[in-house]
Amino acid sequence: MTMPYYVAPEQVMKDRAEYAQKGIARGRALIATMYAGGILLVAENPSATLHKISEIYDRIAFAGVGKFNEYDTLRVAGVRHADTKGYAFSREDVDARSLANLYAQYLGQVFTHEMKPMEVEILVAELGDATKAPQIFRIAYEGTITDEVGFAVLGGDAEAIRTRFANGAMTDWALNDAVRHAVAALGGPDRRLNAGDLEVALLADTGARRTFRRLEDDEVTPLLAN
Amino acid sequence: MALPLFDPSTDPGPDFAALVQRTGAALPAMSDAGLNLAHATTVVALRYADGVVMAGDRRATAGNFIAHRAMEKVFPADRFSAVAISGSAAVSTEMVRLFQVQLEHYEKVEGVVLSLEGKANQLAQMVRGNLGMAMQGFVVIPLFCGYDLSRRTGRIFDYDAAGGRYEETDFQTTGSGGTFARTTIRLGYRDNLPLDDAVELAILSLYEAADADSATGGPDSVRGIYPAVATVSAQGYARLPDEEVARRFDAIIERRRGSNGNAEGTLR
Repeated sequence: MTMPYYVAPEQVMKDRAEYAQKGIARGRALIATMYAGGILLVAENPSATLHKISEIYDRIAFAGVGKFNEYDTLRVAGVRHADTKGYAFSREDVDARSLANLYAQYLGQVFTHEMKPMEVEILVAELGDATKAPQIFRIAYEGTITDEVGFAVLGGDAEAIRTRFANGAMTDWALNDAVRHAVAALGGPDRRLNAGDLEVALLADTGARRTFRRLEDDEVTPLLAN
Repeated sequence: MALPLFDPSTDPGPDFAALVQRTGAALPAMSDAGLNLAHATTVVALRYADGVVMAGDRRATAGNFIAHRAMEKVFPADRFSAVAISGSAAVSTEMVRLFQVQLEHYEKVEGVVLSLEGKANQLAQMVRGNLGMAMQGFVVIPLFCGYDLSRRTGRIFDYDAAGGRYEETDFQTTGSGGTFARTTIRLGYRDNLPLDDAVELAILSLYEAADADSATGGPDSVRGIYPAVATVSAQGYARLPDEEVARRFDAIIERRRGSNGNAEGTLR
């Protein structure tokens, strides 16, 4: 007969947190920052098809790091939530805050109730307009939600990247300055990343309803040039 | 609203209509058959050298009354396609709304855009799904067109009330004034029409339809309401500015005034 044994809840939570953190730390990082034309999202991602950054709605973008299948499930759920809400009510009623809260609740629920926490860290960004300020929400694996000011860094080695990026970060800079600074922060002192290693997308007003746009490699390369 | 998460075995995939049914957000079906509900009327689509021109009048009627004078019947379905509606205004505008969300939903969930053929079939399923309502008088007959990026050409699809989908080679019209519009286009159509001529022919066809069909609205220069004209080409969907449409209608009116209301044997 196996003996039932006691594990302190503190220990259970600590183990789970450690497990999730390890999973996230293995992945490559991502930066979201405001710039003069809107919000810029830059991720280190050599794959051109498995995206870390995606469109949720007209003015809302999603980004995730960690385990792909887990954050992709969250991405699809976000698209579904936004599209159903916009269809049932109105397109302007879809906002990042309520979606970020739903994500936070779900991740918190999974963290405490499921066998395994989700090994993801996600971000919901919303482009501002005349009546609303732009917003960047970061949601951690255990459901902690942070309303980030100016920029957010997610993924492996986030602390070091955050320090590098914060040094000189602005909110009203030109697109090429923002991209160069973000890419330098992601690469660090020893690595030089080029367009093929990156996934770059924007939330920017161009007069169209949908504001999300991916930048192709041949658009990123000139932005990286000095 | 909870986060819409599903088991892999019950996941609706990129199908927005199925998702709406699953989450119970669908609007209740109407059961007011026999009321004088608004009906929408003449819409046309014709191919030109670089794509398709689509146009529609702006009048909605309820019985013998004019219900709306500025109704939109031509909509962008997504970046490279457009849909125009005729039939019950309530059901058809709702169908267009669902269709637009469906195409965008698929694109966002799957990360790729549906093929033009896929979009046309999707709309056919929606029309077929409305068959029960159509039997009670809420008929919806859409006209769908788009620029096929793989074939590099404009394509036109029309439908019947049962959801039958038929591809047209050059042009098609639908609605109560459709016959008059179709005859006008048939007489003036030729292969690889330049954009300017195609727009002119579409506008002339709507003028003729409005001239002969009381349920089709003509140019309303008093209120400044003119039929809607849009193009779909490799550059995407674009709506023609109202000023240009107004100018072309005014030119037709001017010519006809000088010839005692007759076309004088030519398309003008």
